[in-house]
Amino acid sequence: MVEFALPKNSRVERGKEHKAGHGGTNLKQVQVYRYEPEDGKNPHVDTFEIDLDKCGPMVLDALIKIKTEIDSSLTFRRSCREGICGSCAMNIDGHNTLACTKAIGEVKGPLKIYPLPHMQVIKDLVVDFTQFWAQYESIQPWLQTYTTSPEKERRQSPDDRQKLDGLYECILCACCSTSCPSYWWNSDKYLGPAALLQAYRWIADSRDEATGDRLDELEDPFKLYRCHTIMNCTNSCPKGLNPAQAIGSIKQMIAERKT
Amino acid sequence: MAISKSRPLSPHLSVYRWYLTMALSIAHRATGVALSAGLVIIAWWLLALAGGAGSYDLVQTVMHSILGQIVLFLWTFVLFFHAANGLRHLFWDVGYGFDKTVAHKSGIAVIAAATGLTILVWLISFIVA
Repeated sequence: MVEFALPKNSRVERGKEHKAGHGGTNLKQVQVYRYEPEDGKNPHVDTFEIDLDKCGPMVLDALIKIKTEIDSSLTFRRSCREGICGSCAMNIDGHNTLACTKAIGEVKGPLKIYPLPHMQVIKDLVVDFTQFWAQYESIQPWLQTYTTSPEKERRQSPDDRQKLDGLYECILCACCSTSCPSYWWNSDKYLGPAALLQAYRWIADSRDEATGDRLDELEDPFKLYRCHTIMNCTNSCPKGLNPAQAIGSIKQMIAERKT
Repeated sequence: MAISKSRPLSPHLSVYRWYLTMALSIAHRATGVALSAGLVIIAWWLLALAGGAGSYDLVQTVMHSILGQIVLFLWTFVLFFHAANGLRHLFWDVGYGFDKTVAHKSGIAVIAAATGLTILVWLISFIVA
């Protein structure tokens, strides 16, 4: 359901301010969403002042610096720090992206960091992905075949392999799905851009033999057709992929097989 | 899990920085609603046509008042915006224009086309009148 306002327990309050110590000429204000599940209080935004001359270039560097030097309770997911694991997806400066590949220098004014939008917050910048993974699982992201297995591998021509470019690179960081207003209002029924891009990745695979079943499964007013081409997914994808186009291709295939 | 009920929902609309495509998408829906509401005026005008000179004069007077003219002007823009953006959706439906820079530019084109056509129609209406 469309609900513009946040529930009472989710309203964001003003938090603490941590001033940088003396010295430092290249100061940056970093505003971070905080939520502590055990104190019974509402979420709040803490402000940390950091010296950029003593910090790495990326937003993730700033978060690690804050955790190391100012507040060790600051909680966020991170791993590879090179944009391939998808752990540090968050809302930075109003758009969803990966903290490790987003340069602090790209953000003018205070650096605002929130968790991925319209998700249940576990703590600080960590949100609950249970439903996101369940939706990914529901599109059956594995190769399905009915014919007898060949002696060696199932072969694919270079041309057919090329059709998977722009699809297989998805790291499932959820930047796209959690940027999508349709997903915000209907995440219980709409699969969202990430799961649909992956659904198309298997539909487009020349080796997969379950294309018809996959399309049947998606032909649903909510699962697929809540996409209204708002384009937030494509605009936010940190890997430069195009979920909106993949969803468009699924819609086209369903329309074409009816004619 | 018992804890999940008390978990807060992370901010969404209040923190997301708008893209043009996002704004045009909600505008498409809003103009669709406005167009349906505007049909009431057309129905009223048609009924007045059938109702004779007296009732037709009333519609003319109301529609020629400043408020009436403003409503009609906005409605013209809304009509052209919805039509132009509908055309943009048709291109998407057949698989074109999904690139994010293209989608941004086609959005600007829709606004330009709707503005241009609105001004054109009103210029013509003033010349004819």
